[in-house]
Amino acid sequence: MDALSVVVGALNTGFLATLKLFLVTLVGALPLGLVVAFGSMNRWAPFAGLAHRYLRRRDRKPGSIARLLIAFMPIRLVCRLLVWVIRGTPLMLQLLIIFYIPGYVLEGGSPWPSGETGRFLAAAAAFIINYACYFSVIYRGGIEGVPVGQQEAGQVLGMTKAQIFRHVTLLQMVKRIVPPMSNEIITLVKDTSIARIISFQEVIWAGYAFLKGSHGYSGLVWPLFFTGIYFLVFNGLLTILFGWVERKLSYFQ
Amino acid sequence: MAILEVHHIEKHFGATRVLEDISFDLEQGQALAIIGSSGSGKTTLLRCLNFLEKPDKGTISVASNLIFDAADPATQRESEVRKKRLHFGLVFQSFNLFPQYTALKNVTLARELLAQEQPDFKENKKKILEEIQADGRDLLAKMGLSERAGHYPSQLSGGQQQRVAIARALALHPDILCFDEPTSALDPELTGEVLRVIRELAEQRTTMIIVTHEMAFARDVADQVIFMDGGVIVEQGDARQVIEHPREERTRQFLARYAEG
Repeated sequence: MDALSVVVGALNTGFLATLKLFLVTLVGALPLGLVVAFGSMNRWAPFAGLAHRYLRRRDRKPGSIARLLIAFMPIRLVCRLLVWVIRGTPLMLQLLIIFYIPGYVLEGGSPWPSGETGRFLAAAAAFIINYACYFSVIYRGGIEGVPVGQQEAGQVLGMTKAQIFRHVTLLQMVKRIVPPMSNEIITLVKDTSIARIISFQEVIWAGYAFLKGSHGYSGLVWPLFFTGIYFLVFNGLLTILFGWVERKLSYFQ
Repeated sequence: MAILEVHHIEKHFGATRVLEDISFDLEQGQALAIIGSSGSGKTTLLRCLNFLEKPDKGTISVASNLIFDAADPATQRESEVRKKRLHFGLVFQSFNLFPQYTALKNVTLARELLAQEQPDFKENKKKILEEIQADGRDLLAKMGLSERAGHYPSQLSGGQQQRVAIARALALHPDILCFDEPTSALDPELTGEVLRVIRELAEQRTTMIIVTHEMAFARDVADQVIFMDGGVIVEQGDARQVIEHPREERTRQFLARYAEG
């Protein structure tokens, strides 16, 4: 076999792993991000009613403690803290922690299966959590960007909250988030290469192998450049797809 | 008999009192206009009736059924509030049409969703949906918008959008139709077509509450007028009498400002 077909075969295998991580992350992070988005907009304030009633009975203006109690929204707080930590630290660090630390601190040793399966699962977990947080902020912008009058119009027409989200807000939100989502999803395609740090055998790992020595070759420089082509072509296809979605949604404003 | 009885409604936003001791009745088939300057609480009152705001005190009854009592949490359960809202229709100042749906779908959507809760929906799905469609087309025709049924809101003028919004509110056959400054967001040359539609509804004895800045319109179309200022009802009574011969000094001053233009 000539060098080209050997390299292309190895890179195809690597890119398949890249695609697998990309798709699994999307399938996990898109819905999880929506959950985090709703959490960070949640206004459940367990002590607000109590504080308001107390103040009204005493006919007093809220002091600093009362104001803290009124503003204490635990679900919102937890979700926003999570987003802050996950967005504020490197994905690579999160990947290393998720893959290696459990093996050191858990009594039964690492919970990840051995070999490539374990590395894939750990990478998928880290990527899903990380991207869900980024997506949640995009969702939140999309939902908050839909005028409140839209929800009110649904409410006065007797729709349930779920019906309002599904039939009124959702499509308007989707239209708003397509451009920032396309950015984030294209970044995800490239970020999958970070999984290499726990030796996940994605396409760049496969290309780099020919540099150090693999399949009887070593010092081959061009396979590494070749991996870039995979990314370019795939992201080109995604760009076309997002452009199509944007055009599909341009029938309303 | 009064279709709507509102008693002692009070509403605060934080520490600010925006409505104080609001009480009035509305007879079936009558139109009530609420006038007053910006910030007088008219819109908040309308929003309270539609359960978009929750009054801190007071009661609301429709056809002698108590549907809201600030002192009784049992009347405020979310599941029931939804059904109670259907007593009222609301036409917003800024229309709030659903941009992703055609004019017709805007009118029919809520009824289609409600119909899904009917026990016989599955068996008669086709017939029920066709009926809703036909009713929607009828309503649009009444608004003079037959030709526009397939248009999206962004393809309609402001006046046309507001007429679609009126059709949408009528589709659920509310007992009381509320208008929140229905012409305030419109260019002057477009207010006429919307006011004409509301006038026709009044002639058909639709029970209505209209928050408006159009004094001549309120005088001619409404049976009753309420003048609000600073969150309280300053004067209420027969429309022509309140607007042409107000008893209260504050009403006089307000109307004089309008007359000056």
